[in-house]
Order: sequence, then C-alpha cells, then structure tokens
Amino acid sequence: MKKYDNLVTNALGRVVPEIINGEKHVPFMGVGKYKPEGRKHAPTIASCADYPADGNKLIGSLKEALVKAGLRDGMTISTHHHFRDGDLIANQIFDIAHELGVKNLRWFPSASFSCHKVLIKYLEDGTIHHIEGSMNGPLGKFCSEGKMAGVGILRSHGGRYQSVQDGEVKIDIAVIAAPTADAFGNANGVQGSAACGSLGFALADSQYAEKVIVVTDNLVPFPCIPWQIHGNFVDYTVLVDKVGLPEKIVSGTTQVTKSPDRLLLADLTAQLCEEAGLIYDGFSYQAGAGGTALSIGIYFSEILKRNNWKARFIRAGSNKYPVAMLEEGLVDYILDGQTFDMEGVRSMRDNPNHVGTSPFTSYNYHGKGNFASMIDVVILGATEVDVNFNANVVTHTDGYLLHGIGGWQNCLFGRTVILPIPLFRDRIPVILDEVTTICGPGELIDVIVTERGIAINPRRTDLIDKLKDSKLPIKSIQELKTEAEAICGKPEKARISDEIVAAIKWVDGTIIDVVRKVY
Amino acid sequence: MMTTTASAGNKGTDVRSDCHIAIELMQGGGRVLNLNSKVERIFGHAIRTQIHAILDFYSVDHAKIDVEDSGALPLVIAARMEAVLRKLMRTDKEYLPEMLSQNREETRRDRHRFSRLYLPGNSPKLMLNAGIHYPDGIILDLEDSVAPDKKYEAAFLVRNALRAVDYYGAERMVRINQVPLGLNDIPFVAAHGVNLILVPKVEHPDQIRQVNEKIEEVRKTAGFSNQIWLMPIIESALGVVNAYAIATAAPNVVAMAIGLEDYTADIGARRTNEAWESFYARTTVVNAARAAGIQPIDSVFSDVGDMEALANNVKASKSLGFDGMGCIHPRQIAVIHEHFAPDQAEIEKAKKIVLAFEEATRKGLGVVSLGTKMIDPPVVKRALKTIQLAVGRGKLDANWMEQAQQQA
Repeated sequence: MKKYDNLVTNALGRVVPEIINGEKHVPFMGVGKYKPEGRKHAPTIASCADYPADGNKLIGSLKEALVKAGLRDGMTISTHHHFRDGDLIANQIFDIAHELGVKNLRWFPSASFSCHKVLIKYLEDGTIHHIEGSMNGPLGKFCSEGKMAGVGILRSHGGRYQSVQDGEVKIDIAVIAAPTADAFGNANGVQGSAACGSLGFALADSQYAEKVIVVTDNLVPFPCIPWQIHGNFVDYTVLVDKVGLPEKIVSGTTQVTKSPDRLLLADLTAQLCEEAGLIYDGFSYQAGAGGTALSIGIYFSEILKRNNWKARFIRAGSNKYPVAMLEEGLVDYILDGQTFDMEGVRSMRDNPNHVGTSPFTSYNYHGKGNFASMIDVVILGATEVDVNFNANVVTHTDGYLLHGIGGWQNCLFGRTVILPIPLFRDRIPVILDEVTTICGPGELIDVIVTERGIAINPRRTDLIDKLKDSKLPIKSIQELKTEAEAICGKPEKARISDEIVAAIKWVDGTIIDVVRKVY
Repeated sequence: MMTTTASAGNKGTDVRSDCHIAIELMQGGGRVLNLNSKVERIFGHAIRTQIHAILDFYSVDHAKIDVEDSGALPLVIAARMEAVLRKLMRTDKEYLPEMLSQNREETRRDRHRFSRLYLPGNSPKLMLNAGIHYPDGIILDLEDSVAPDKKYEAAFLVRNALRAVDYYGAERMVRINQVPLGLNDIPFVAAHGVNLILVPKVEHPDQIRQVNEKIEEVRKTAGFSNQIWLMPIIESALGVVNAYAIATAAPNVVAMAIGLEDYTADIGARRTNEAWESFYARTTVVNAARAAGIQPIDSVFSDVGDMEALANNVKASKSLGFDGMGCIHPRQIAVIHEHFAPDQAEIEKAKKIVLAFEEATRKGLGVVSLGTKMIDPPVVKRALKTIQLAVGRGKLDANWMEQAQQQA
C-alpha cells in the first residue's frame, strides 16, 4: 500500500493527497464550502442482555479488558489528553499490545505530550502504524524525518469530534482514563486524588467507539455523580493504582509572563480591543494557555472593572486567572474545554457556573452550530503568518512538525481573531511571504499584533475604521514583513522534500495542507 | 610569540540571539568553518557567507573557525568575528555594519530624560528589543554590567548596536568605563552615532575634560561632526563635594546623575528604601545641576518586581527636584514616565496660569493675575514647562489652548 496517492491542488493552492493510508479524503474547498451528505457513523447496537444487570463491569486488569475488547492487528485505539503530560494510560496500552504481538495499530489520541515519546519504539517496531493526533516534540521530529510507517493526520479538537461523528475515523477501542468512576462506567474528572478537570475530549469516543474501557483509580459505588461520561456507553471498567498525574496538567505555558516583550504584546492587544470597542458589558472571550494570552486576560479584567462591566462567558483553558474573575464576579460563566491547574479543577467541581464542555458543544463543525463562533474576542498564537494572514501553528520555518492544532482552528470562527506574536524569534522572522504549513486561512484571521506594529486584515474595514485615529502602531502586514526581514535577513528555503509525512485537516474534515519530510 | 587562538561571545542553553566564535589561525590548510547554528536550516548559508566575507576583509586564508550560534543577528556575528580577529591580529581595521539613517540623528540638549534603560553591553538579546518599550534613552553599558575579561569584545558589540539597531527614537547613550580606562572606549562609540556618554564615578572636573579631549581627538581622525552630550555620574563622597565644578566642567554636560549603590558604600552606609543616608548627596546633586542649568537625574531603583515601591520612589525623586531616573527593567519605564510627568492637578493649574499670561500679553498688561492673585514670571515659566511636558507625554492635547479659548 502506498502511503498516499492522488495528488490534487486544493482551494488554497496546496498540493494534497486524496488517498492517505489507503483511505479516501477530500481536499480543502474553502471555508464553509464542503457539506458532506449522508448520515453520521453509528456503532453496533448493544443489548442490556449482554451486560451485567448489577452494573458491575469491572475487569481484573487493563490487559484483560483490551483482550476482551478484541484487540488485534490494524485496530484504531483512542486515548485522551486531559492529564496532559501526566498521562499514564496510553503508554501502558501499547506496552500490552507489544506484549501480545499486536501490530499496525492506529493511535488516535486527542493530543500527545512529551511523556509519550517512549512510544517511538513501538512506531519503530510496527506495533503502531501511525498517529492521528497532534505530534509534539520528539514524536513530531520522528514524523518530520519520515520515520513513521504511515502518514500522520492532525486534526483540531473540533475536527477530531467531527471525524469520529462522521465515521471518517472508526474507533475500535477507546480507553478513557477517569479520576473517578463507578463499576458501571459513569465517570468524571473533578473528584478523586487524580482530579484533572473536564473529560470532554473523551465524549466522542464514548459515543461512537465500538468498545469503551473506563480506567480509574477512584472507584465509587453507583452512581458516580456528576457523570460526564455515561456508563451506558461503557463496556468494561478497570481499577488501577494510579490513573494519571494531575500535577502535570500544569505543563508548559500556564503562568503569566514576566517577559517585558510579551507583556507589551498583551498590553497592545488589550488596548486595541478596548479602542475598537470589542469589550463591552456582556462580552465574551477565549483565553488560551500561554503567558501572553493569560496576561491579556488580566488586562481584560482590569478594563471590565474600570467600566463596571461583566463578561458573559470566558472560553477556557481554565486556570487560576479566569477562576479568580469568576469568583470576583467579573464573568458569569467559564465554559471550560480543558483544565490547566488545580484551581481550575477545584472551581469546576464546586462552582456550577464553571462548566466542563466537550468539543461537541464548543467546536464540532458538523453540528447545528457551535459556540466558538459566538465568542467576541479570540486570542491565539502562531509559529508563522504570511502576508495574506494565513497562519501556521504546527510546523516551524525549518520544516519540523512540533505542535498540535488544539482548538486553534475551531476558535478562528470567533468574531475577532487576534494573534499577538513577536515579529521575530531569535533570528527567525514570523511574518513571511508564505507559511511553511497553512493551518488557518487568512480570511478568518483579523489582527496580527507584534511588538513593532499591528496589522489589521483589510477585510475588517470596521476595525480599520474604528482605529483610524488610534495612536496604536498600525501598519500593513507587508510593512511588518519588510521590517522583520530588515532585522533578520531573508530566510532561506529550508530543506524540505516533496514526500508527505502528515496531513493537516480543516475543521470540516478536508485536507488544508500537508507536512513534508525534512532532510 | 603571538597567540594563535582566541574567542568571543556567549554560548549555552540560556543564551539567545548571540553566538560564540573561536578562531585558531593556521599556517596552511585553508579555512575550516564548523558552524553549529540553531537557525542552520534557514540561515546557514547566510551565516557562512558573512563569516567568509569578514575573513576576506581581514585577509585570513588559513584558520579553524568554530561557531556556536544561538540565532545571532548579522550585526552580532560581525562584532564577535571582529573582536576575535582583532585579538589575534593587532589591527585597527574596523568591519562596520551599515549605519541606520535614524541612528545619525542628534538629540537636543534639553530633551526629556525621564527614563534611561540600562542594557548590559555584552548581551545582544536585550538590546534588540529595548526600543520597543519607548524609554527616553537607552544605555549600552560597558562598565559594571560587563565582566572584565569581556570588556574588549563588548566594545565591538556596543559599536555595532549603536549603528545597526533601531531604538525607535530613544536617545542613544553609552556608559563608558571609569576614566582613565574608559577613554579607550570612546573610539568605539564617538563616531558611531552615540548621542550621550555617561561618565561613571566622576570626582573631578578634569575627568570630564579628559573625556572631551578624547572625543575631539577621535573627531579629528574619524571626521564626524555630530554633537555628543555628557552625563557625569556622581558616585562618591568626593564627587558630591565637587558636584558643581563637575556640572560646569564643559558646555556639553547636559545632565548629572547620582549613583547610590557606590555612594552609600563610599560613605559607609547601607542603602535603604527610605534613603535618608543619601539625602544630602541627592539634594546636593540636584542643587549643583540646577545651578549649572542642567538636568539632575536620580539613581536606578533596583527592585524590579515592586512597582508600587518604584512609584513611591519616583514621587520622592520628583519632589526633590530630579528630572528623571535610570531603569534596569523595561517594566519600570511606564511607571517612571507616569510619575515624573505632571499630574492632572498640576496640568490644570498650569493651564490656568498660561491662559492668564496669554490674556495679559494680548491686552498689553504688564502684570499677570489670576483672580485676585498676582503671578510672578518664574511661576509662568514653570507652568509653561509643565504644559510642555504634559504635551510631550501625551497627557495634554497640543491644541489645548485653542480648545480652551473656543470653549470660553
């Protein structure tokens, strides 16, 4: 089997395959253009006759559960990243698969972290055929260098839900790590010693996978309340000593920045939002992780306080900062997709206005709307932006795949999308003629805020008009690009071959771009 | 025998925007360039080309060159290369980056000097983005922030940074080393767009004269015409005693600063937040500077985490008569500007006085009065200065007077 085939040019002019790992895919056709026909995927009908009437689905071990679930060559195995870098389960699954001699698995995580780098040995020995999910750090490097047997596929959080719902990815076995569960399989992420927050990423898997295993280290008698995951979807439950390391959810960029340059970006962004009238009584915003985004949240809360306003909701990535705003009465609700610290977990458990969401309610593009498009201000990052405002979030200018998409693509549908990014990192310009990989089309990206100037997408005539008398350093994106090149020099084309190693999906399941092998 | 190996620059996991270059001159075998760069895949070719161009310039045909690059800009690579080669070759040949046109601009003697941001002279990373925080001045420091064995290479970096980094309108200042050692720094900065030289630990007016003599010497050989201002820093008991003589030592002395770390050590006191131990020195420096018609500038505030204490410090400094102070972190700039600038009450009062003055002038009255109070000329002068500051700091519209008159 060829890794990929049928190369075509998509609506953004990128050459992408229609066949990947033997499966058919649709090239990107434009925002909102592709509307699939037919019905959603449905797993096999189950019968209560096949499940214990006393609700006890406990199995002795994860291995036993995987064997009962029929683990065999070529299956699709899904896991989730609500423990972020503290996930303990995914690695165990593939240890078991390796021990059983199972080959060619498709790993379908909602995201991977550096704790998963040990899986490289299973990618090398054929236990895992390829990954469909984010590939960070060492896994990204492995994939970039063309070492994976199959082509990787990266999806946004919403795109992952969409692909499962639409039957594009049929999950054979979903393993859900749950901080608290009952023997029936009801589960939540806010109780128990491993409490980590929302289990929303596992929702699609629970609904659509053929077999669902819930693993917990805190087994409670029925009913486990709240039951974010419903036991009615669950085949087996497993009790282990430790299900995950919740202290590791505070991984990476969840502290407010102390860097003066980033604080300046945050300050400029907040000023722009205020001057453009984007902040008002009842507004909403998306607060990402990352030092700059968190600092912007703090500036927003100051603006709200100064005007005696209140936000209606914050879309988070929650941690102690939005939680403090909720508790100070500066916002009515936190709609939380994933939880970044223990304050976030505590708040979600104790405060009914701190709501755990799933990619279904927030991001799924093949639904009857989702709330991402109702968010007033969305703050996102990017590794590169081109002069047409197209942005990259997965690869670096040197060609290496190093980040996942997360909810980034989904949030582009917010009313005003702002990317506060430095004009250059070390010597590497961030604004270029062409990005290495297009993850988001420029038509959805409204403002680029850099420390040396702010570029507003010409499509946003309303913003340009509102800011025409502003003292903010507003420039064209071409001017910013020229300025970056004057400082850094014009970057050379990185050595990237034609060989495709990963595909980037758009929110509707079409292929927006590919990642090619570096050499 | 001459040394055949030398190095310059910084390397290590924490180093960014810098490079470390080691060169061994050889008798034969051509050039062997080992480049290990973080940006190899997109700038490897450009870096190699630049290094060979510099070797060509110095006619080095046989050498082993080891470069550890952490994303250095061309002006940094050039400074590191030149420093190494000049350590090895005893040449005065300068390999100069192109000078940005804005870095030829001169500054006025009475411009605002509320804030001046210290930048360690051997750390390129901090220099590149210094201007985006809009301090009134940036100081490329060759003195205390540079280790003794790094002073030589720092001079090249500072020179290149004066020429090729955009500071977005900040006054370009350099703190040289203490005179007489610091006289050696002057050829590296005088002809390269420096606006103001800070002279540390000045105790006698003669030290200022020596600096000016050196500047004039360089002026003749290098042939440049731009004005260079001086800001002596008083950092000892003797310096305080001689403050007025120092302030009036030369016509290009435009400001005088006080450095409290060294001063308090010199008088055998400990530096406290209340700062009573330096009260005499500070008021003496203010008085001497005012008597000489130049700007008195306060010391830096070293707790970069405590913005409230900084604000209080600035208020105290302003109330003593200082016109500005140093900063060691960009976050301090806004606080310093906010509190040195006139506050709303001061602005309102100044507006009333200036309007009354205008009206009196229009009516040909010799006496300015506000209500029943007569206003003396120095009060008018101070009000005009307050208005000028407020406009300059964006706290008052430049057309405020027309607006006020229209309203009336």
